[in-house]
Amino acid sequence: MSWMFLRDLLSGVNKYSTGTGRLWLAVVFIFRLLVYIVAAEHVWKDERREFECNVRQPGCETVCFDHFFPISQVRLWALQLIMVSTPSLLVVLHVAYREGREKRHRKKLYVSPGMMDGGLWYTYIISLIVKTGFEIGFLVLFYKLYDGFRVPYLLKCDLQPCPNTVDCFISRPTEKTIFILFLIITSCLCMVLNFIELSFLVLKSHPVRWLNLRERLQSHELITH
Amino acid sequence: MDWGTLHAFIGGVNKHSTNIGKVWITVIFIFRVMILVVAAQEVWGDEQEDFVCNTLQPGCKNVCYDHFFPVSHIRLWALQLIFVSTPALLVAMHVAYYRHETARKFRRGEKRNEFKDLEDIKKQKVRIEGSLWWTYTSSIFFRIIFEASFMYVFYFLYNGYHLPWVLKCGIEPCPNLVDCFISRPTEKTVFTIFMISASVICMLLNVAELCYLLLKVCFRRSKRAQAQRNHPNYALKESKQNEMNELISDSGQNAITGFPS
Repeated sequence: MSWMFLRDLLSGVNKYSTGTGRLWLAVVFIFRLLVYIVAAEHVWKDERREFECNVRQPGCETVCFDHFFPISQVRLWALQLIMVSTPSLLVVLHVAYREGREKRHRKKLYVSPGMMDGGLWYTYIISLIVKTGFEIGFLVLFYKLYDGFRVPYLLKCDLQPCPNTVDCFISRPTEKTIFILFLIITSCLCMVLNFIELSFLVLKSHPVRWLNLRERLQSHELITH
Repeated sequence: MDWGTLHAFIGGVNKHSTNIGKVWITVIFIFRVMILVVAAQEVWGDEQEDFVCNTLQPGCKNVCYDHFFPVSHIRLWALQLIFVSTPALLVAMHVAYYRHETARKFRRGEKRNEFKDLEDIKKQKVRIEGSLWWTYTSSIFFRIIFEASFMYVFYFLYNGYHLPWVLKCGIEPCPNLVDCFISRPTEKTVFTIFMISASVICMLLNVAELCYLLLKVCFRRSKRAQAQRNHPNYALKESKQNEMNELISDSGQNAITGFPS
């Protein structure tokens, strides 16, 4: 039970996505999840062990590390991946609910339970908005927590019990900066894909939806979702 | 054997749960087990190695670490997840027993008009009513009790959910009151609060599910009592009414496809 569980869950989303949605899934799997597992995790593995301060006072290094890294970048990356992937499950749940309803009523209620019309369209739009919200939220959090996206090689620390202002050295700062930039770029790419998908869905169904609504009002029928 | 085994057990219960139960299973596996495995275990990985005390006295660090962390957070969470998931096995056992009994009656020739063959019995979705309703409700009740107990144990063992950056320790063989520093206290506090919040959400889902089941039973009973008052030949109409109830009010018996089960 690990990232493979998330991968299996998201593979089920593929069936009910648009073309852009499938592209988004591919970007998430290859450029974010795979890169995280095979590379990023290892870059940050020794972050605490190799964090060194120019002092022998016990506890000074521990306190300085905790001050500069309240939550590790790699953990934020993992949380972002999980939060950004889960809204897609709303769509799977909605389709399953539709299939359950058809089975119970024992007749065809929808053109196809996976077709994006009616309530499923709204669910898909909401999931896109929530995903984009999470992406932006995590990027802002990253920026605020670490004063930018660059990892410096040297930090000055004068917290108790450090006797004076000591120099603390972070391990692999350049490699970490490169991977953080990679994370930012893939995040922005996913956001762009979400916007494209959102615009495509709204523009494509806009004339059709209003026509349907008028027809519905005229014949006093309510399409249930 | 790892968390995947628990997932295989609980996934089987998914079919017989209400909708809220299915959401609960999702929250447990995505926001608690996954977070525990991919993130929290890394944060607590070096907890003893990087627990530093301001003394050279051998044994002082060990004794102080043991005093402040009788059971590690990670181990407590793992136990909590196991205890909270296992009442669902009561439901699985009850369903298995019911199917076994039905199959036995079928072989004796009793339920031939209801089922075509033994495969049909295995595929049939068992409804949450009668004794299964009591089993299901008790399992939810036990889940709530276990969640609350573990949250209390956490609070009691660690004096709250916040980890301090320095602890004072004066236990033998430490020569005096020494400062001991916990590694990554802020990150640990963040994850502790995250796991507690997920725990609270799961408890709320369980309470909602309990209320839903109780309301469903009250609604069914009041409908039956009302029908008996209004229609003398109620028995004839009851079967038709049951079918309507099934369609209108019983929205909690969906099977979710695409979910690992």
